[in-house]
Amino acid sequence: MSDHEPTTPSEPAERAIVLDVQDLVKHFPIRAGLLRREIGRVQAVDGVSLSVRRQETLGIVGESGCGKTTFGRTLLRLIEPTSGTVLFNGEDVTAAEAPRLRELRRNMQMVFQDPFASLNPRMPVRDTVAEPMLVHGTPKTEARARVGELLEAVGLSPEHGNRYPHEFSGGQRQRIGIARALALQPEVIILDEPVSALDVSVQAQVINLLEDLQEEFDLTYMFIAHDLSVVRHISDRIAVMYLGHVAELTTADRLYDAPAHPYTHALLSAVPIADPRVELSRERIILQGDLPSPSNPPSGCRFHTRCPIAQERCREEVPALRELVPGHFAACHYALEPGETIIQRVEDLGREVEIAGQGGSEMVIPPVPFGAGDAKGATGSG
Amino acid sequence: MSETPSGMSPEDVVDDAPPGSIAADVPSDAAVLAEREGMNITSRSFGRQTWDRFRRHRLALIAAIVLALLATAFIVGPWLSPYGFSERDVLNMRSGPTAEHPFGTDTIGRDLMVRTFLGGRFSLRIALIVALLTTLIGTVIGAIGGYFGGTVDTIVNQTINLFLIIPALVVLLVVGVRFAASPNSIAFLLAILLWPTIARVVRGLFLQYKEQEFVLAAKAAGARAPRIMFRHILPNTFGPIVVNATLLIGVAIILESTLSFLGVGVQPPTPTLGNLIEESKGQLDSKPSAVLIPGGFIVAITLCVNFLGDGLRDALDPTSRKG
Repeated sequence: MSDHEPTTPSEPAERAIVLDVQDLVKHFPIRAGLLRREIGRVQAVDGVSLSVRRQETLGIVGESGCGKTTFGRTLLRLIEPTSGTVLFNGEDVTAAEAPRLRELRRNMQMVFQDPFASLNPRMPVRDTVAEPMLVHGTPKTEARARVGELLEAVGLSPEHGNRYPHEFSGGQRQRIGIARALALQPEVIILDEPVSALDVSVQAQVINLLEDLQEEFDLTYMFIAHDLSVVRHISDRIAVMYLGHVAELTTADRLYDAPAHPYTHALLSAVPIADPRVELSRERIILQGDLPSPSNPPSGCRFHTRCPIAQERCREEVPALRELVPGHFAACHYALEPGETIIQRVEDLGREVEIAGQGGSEMVIPPVPFGAGDAKGATGSG
Repeated sequence: MSETPSGMSPEDVVDDAPPGSIAADVPSDAAVLAEREGMNITSRSFGRQTWDRFRRHRLALIAAIVLALLATAFIVGPWLSPYGFSERDVLNMRSGPTAEHPFGTDTIGRDLMVRTFLGGRFSLRIALIVALLTTLIGTVIGAIGGYFGGTVDTIVNQTINLFLIIPALVVLLVVGVRFAASPNSIAFLLAILLWPTIARVVRGLFLQYKEQEFVLAAKAAGARAPRIMFRHILPNTFGPIVVNATLLIGVAIILESTLSFLGVGVQPPTPTLGNLIEESKGQLDSKPSAVLIPGGFIVAITLCVNFLGDGLRDALDPTSRKG
């Protein structure tokens, strides 16, 4: 599925590619028994290819367990990839020896999801923020001075440096994490669900801060999140991930206006709209079933077990990430046309739709029961 | 930080900003913050903060004082005593506590006070050596196994298990009989047998902490293994290590007593708290003070050390607010 190079040729500003990921794979072996024999593999990331351009924000969206966090960590080799390459400004990160990797990581930093676990509870904030500089040989006095500047840049005061993480709130801690990521003046920052653990009011502050910092320091972001509402605001382009694969990749506006993958439709229908009339009248697709186990992913298209519009081919053949129109990629054999809804497609296929929820706005569309050879007669599927 | 007035938590100062000020909060709030908190962000050193937290732990403070007094008595007492530790007062054999001999005398007329203090000195010395050595060996080996994992960890883990299944008492008996035991050699022997208990704890903690996001963050920042192990993970393991080390002090004193009691510990005439009890075991009915006094010292030392350990654990934890 790496045949395509999913960039956005239609983008007006042709900026240089900073981060180019090709066919990245991370399988975690499952071992058991006395001899620790491998009895299976969790296919967390399975052949992801995408690239990020300078000063762009690429959003990565998917459910919990779809491999997005693993993907982010694999880029920095905090988790060693199983195969594939990550090119940073043309240089292969996956092939770098330890000293070179340290240098490369200067330019690729990360903000973590959990503001409570990502700061060392026994270390004053000053030391946490100074650490990246100290380990890269910045003299102590200089690092001290920079810590004050960095704390101010993220909206804290230099005096906060003497304190310990437990004395701060979640939002403040995330600011500290951002200050640490900025310390080495990186080009790229991978933001791994930086606001998921925060209150909604605080989320907005942190996102605004991230946008301001991006402008001030010419940063390139990879913004990982599990819900589209947060990502849309900050992203230029969005990649939707499902079970270790990229399902759809396009610009943020295009993803919202003309989603092609049925999974994207389902995700979008879960984003609340702050207008009760629209909210009540629009289609909401409730996906049936849980995310399948990545240690035993479905055959063919990984989404076919939950897909309301799947057909026989989806079970057998893995869909390639193909370019529908320039800059819009989707991995679906039967991608939806712009403007087409899931309901229309389901009706075209002659399948049943259950209507539920307030005002009859929730469509529960049973997934296609494969195996019996007949797509009708969905008895208590779910 | 316990100096912060309790009514004004430093939390949520940024995040409490009213919803309307979301866009404007970033540039201004540093100053606002500092002002609102009355600039009481004193920069006390880590050592100073630790001491402040420790001071508030009454029991630990008392335990530390009692231990210091005991140690002073053990060190200075024998010098001040008019009797030598193996000098016999043949007129006052087997006496109970008297004005001349406050702790009484043993079966051959030796003053039990000077012998108890001297015994306490040796017991404490053994215990301290054991605690230091086991903590050092156990922490380093446990940290290496837990942090690096894989084959290294398998070797470490199996070694720990091997030492744990060795019947300590049998080894001590055999080795004790074979080599004339001095306080130092007993201490080394105990350390060799006891380090796995610390190593096991430390290994488990390192396994747990190495997956934490702050460790990943340090890696991403470019920190190398020794820095991550000793600057990041180790400080988080102080609590359990200190508690286990202090428990081991008690264990070492008791094990040494057991050995002495069995006659293979520190050899007479050198006294330890353990062999004092052993020598007096026949007089439990006629003269219980001969057993109860050294026994009481063992209990006192062990208790104090454990309280001290509790206090140290809390004092070394910056998140602790306990008074």
